[in-house]
Amino acid sequence: MSDIFEKYKDKLPGAVLEEIKTESKLNELTPAEITKVLDESVKEYDSALIAPGEAIGIITAESFGEAGTQMTLNVFHFAGVAEIQVTRGLPRLIELFDARKEPSTPSMEVYLKPEFTTNEKTIRRVASFIKEMKLEEISLEFALNIMKQSVDVDLDEEKLKLYGFKKEEIIEKITKGLKNVTVKETKKGITITSNSEETNLSLLYKIKEAAKLILIRGVPKIVQVLPKKEDNKYVILCAGSNLKEVLAMKEVEAKLTMTNNIFEISNTLGIEAARQAIINEALAVIENQGLDINIRHVMFLADIMTQTGVVRGITRGGISGEKESVLARASFETPINHLIDASLVGELDQLKSVIENVIINQPIPLGTGLPNLISKMKKGAKK
Amino acid sequence: MIDVFLNEAFIGSVVDVREFMESVKKQRREGLLPTNLNIGYDENLNEIHVETTKGRCRRPVIIVENGKSRLTPEMITKVENNQISWEELVKQGAIEYLDAREEENAYVAVKEEELTKEHTHLEISPVTILGICTSLVPFSNYGSSSRLIRGSKIQKQGLGLYCKNFLIRNDTDASILHYAQRPITTTFMHDIFNYDARPSGQNFTIAVMSYEGYNMQDATILNKGSIERGLGRSTFFRPYSATELRYSGGLMDQIGIPDKEVKGYKSEKDYRHLEDDGIVFTEAQVGSEEVIIGRTSPPRFLGSLEEFNVAANTRRESSINIGEETQGIVDMTILTENDEGNRLIQTRLRENRIPEVGDKFASRHGQKGVIGMLVPHVDMPFSSRGITPDIVFSPHSIPSRMTVSHLLEILAGKVGALSSQQIDATTFDNPSEESLRQQLLELGFSEDGKETFYNPITGQKFDAKIYTGNIYYLRLKHMVANKLHARAAGRIQLLTRQPVEGRAMGGGLRVGEMEKDCLVAHGASLLLKERFDSDKTILHVCENCGMFATYDYFKNRAICTRCGSETKVSAVEMSYAFKLFLDEIRTIGIDSQIKLKDRF
Repeated sequence: MSDIFEKYKDKLPGAVLEEIKTESKLNELTPAEITKVLDESVKEYDSALIAPGEAIGIITAESFGEAGTQMTLNVFHFAGVAEIQVTRGLPRLIELFDARKEPSTPSMEVYLKPEFTTNEKTIRRVASFIKEMKLEEISLEFALNIMKQSVDVDLDEEKLKLYGFKKEEIIEKITKGLKNVTVKETKKGITITSNSEETNLSLLYKIKEAAKLILIRGVPKIVQVLPKKEDNKYVILCAGSNLKEVLAMKEVEAKLTMTNNIFEISNTLGIEAARQAIINEALAVIENQGLDINIRHVMFLADIMTQTGVVRGITRGGISGEKESVLARASFETPINHLIDASLVGELDQLKSVIENVIINQPIPLGTGLPNLISKMKKGAKK
Repeated sequence: MIDVFLNEAFIGSVVDVREFMESVKKQRREGLLPTNLNIGYDENLNEIHVETTKGRCRRPVIIVENGKSRLTPEMITKVENNQISWEELVKQGAIEYLDAREEENAYVAVKEEELTKEHTHLEISPVTILGICTSLVPFSNYGSSSRLIRGSKIQKQGLGLYCKNFLIRNDTDASILHYAQRPITTTFMHDIFNYDARPSGQNFTIAVMSYEGYNMQDATILNKGSIERGLGRSTFFRPYSATELRYSGGLMDQIGIPDKEVKGYKSEKDYRHLEDDGIVFTEAQVGSEEVIIGRTSPPRFLGSLEEFNVAANTRRESSINIGEETQGIVDMTILTENDEGNRLIQTRLRENRIPEVGDKFASRHGQKGVIGMLVPHVDMPFSSRGITPDIVFSPHSIPSRMTVSHLLEILAGKVGALSSQQIDATTFDNPSEESLRQQLLELGFSEDGKETFYNPITGQKFDAKIYTGNIYYLRLKHMVANKLHARAAGRIQLLTRQPVEGRAMGGGLRVGEMEKDCLVAHGASLLLKERFDSDKTILHVCENCGMFATYDYFKNRAICTRCGSETKVSAVEMSYAFKLFLDEIRTIGIDSQIKLKDRF
């Protein structure tokens, strides 16, 4: 039985063989039938393989390019959920494939562990712990007290109550956040005085401005949260992204939580996760625009962007700038720079790739131009 | 205190904005201040601006006070009886003109029924929201806005009687439609414009149906019989001019039949239409690239010796020919002088343009299309009353575009044609579908506008009733005769040795970046090379230094001028553009060498 499969080891991928193995067992196939199935599978598999010389790169580019012309070219095209805006359409596709370090609208989808999704109240509480909250937001006024050389902060009592803050907690955060200061509780709120000997107005002003931005609670960079019920599951949509710290929270279901920042994924979860994220994000845009691009093109692009272990964009600083040929690089962007850089080291262009051969008007090494007929000349034969 | 500016210059300040503004407006309405004065308060700047300058765009609106229009019914009857004029209404304070700034402070109601106490003004008519071209679209309140925009743009391209002195004018790209008709379905703007005197279309009988697939997508089928009877015909005028320029050294151009010794002499045949003065005779039938004004010019560059030896053979040919792929009849010639006092010859070619496959037609509702087929009269579908349509319009053009106005115009046109009247279909103020249907019924037709049609080939009745009527169609200025172009070999650019661009030059059709990508994607390697062979050259490359060698045609061998005659020089085929590229990067100081090796 297993020797039948052994014969096809080189002809079919392991996953396909395994599937046929289990399926044939379930359907109680005879060895003759299994051979037939395997033969058919080989036929199908071979016909689905890409032929040598197929221009997959340009076909991928055209598959995106043609669909891209139908997308809304508007940069300000947003398809947002409730109050959180998310860039979609062509602008999103461009920033994705250019591998911009920071998306124009970073956002996260945070899922919670089942024990925290029992009622809406707990979800709201968790959400309030995710959103970054600065001292500014829970204060009414920041005043410079020149007489006492201090910064007086009026805290918003209502907000303190709403978010469950204690003054001691805030004082602790400020003492941690600001170096060399003493924080004391007052009637209205708190007062901050500098510990340094020299106190002048400009120093005081700096303390005031720094105090405003002190993080009291939440995850930095997450500026907005919106708990939402999606298909009977609670999800917290966040504007701003900070995957590392969100995943560290005990309430968060790490398996489901997503961000649209590819670099963050690459840095926290690794390059394979980044590859999958590129695919997912690109497919989301394509689906959102009602287009139909085969997933293989997206996968191919994601593979190329991540194959070196870091995320590289299709830009002159990324993949396109790393082409071997000078002419190929020069034909993409900033030709003069590439030519001068090449001349400084005396680069030799092997004219192996497509664009160079188009430029010099030679058959391109693709498709019908790829195979060559080579025959050995007989020794002594006349030329 | 709020600052007040008169014509952007500070003149003082006021305390109560409201009171000041009201008093200024009141005085203007009473005639104490000029009517061309406008006042506006800018909340953001906290400034009041009073303007009396010229060049501001202003529009009239009816003044409203306490929710009541100042234009009383008595005034309207007086206007109707021609007892008071428009100026009188402005003087009496019923109507005033607002500029952009004052409009910001105004609250204008569109309809009189909408008036509340907050309103300050009332539109004279809701149609004032539309411009001139848009107002020319009948039933436009039944169409979709994007089609309305297209419809109003299309009207500018329609051929017609663009002016009545066209015979003595010499416009570029001018066309006159033969037998232009006034539209059956009109709007108020047609009356204001006196459109009937200068119409730009014809009333076509339309059938909304498909016919043999030649009107799929946006193609339409036209009745060849109708065209032979003059439908949609136009005359195209093309002007040409030539000046006798004066050059330094007392040299000048000469208009006349060029001598055979002249540089660039064409052939006797090309000059056959010229009369003795070197200008074509009127009503001459001229064909492609034939000369209509003969001219010779002095040589372009005079050497120091040649200056004293100006022989006839050094002059060059500079005649005006009518260009490639054009033809026509010489319509008119003007002999005159230009501003500098040089002799100026202007001629005009006339060409009869009969609608042909590919010519563009459109209704006024953004429904444009090209002729897909001309069907002989006998092969056109006909109705039970024996009517054959002029145009067969595809029903698929309707649902996604939602041009209900197009359908309504067919209905209105039918009613108008049958009852011999013009139907006023002004936006927001047009006959209802019900009333049109009722009228059609009274005229003895099916009220839905549909009629029984017969297949002209089999004589059988069509299963479906066909919606038919009359609609105003425009012949648009885009005609195949002006655009048709193809080339095999021809002129090339001096610099790149690639084919020149453009129809007028007999240029090539560019295989661009994206077309190239397509061939690459198909793996059609050799086809791609062949397509780009237009500038291929054989160059000789020195295998020692990698630079281009010179070819000595006397000795029939190539020599590298750098390395001497000993080194091996090989012939290489490449595109001339690449050779040029290598030369160019050498000019910016980048050494570029070609290293050769055997391919196999």
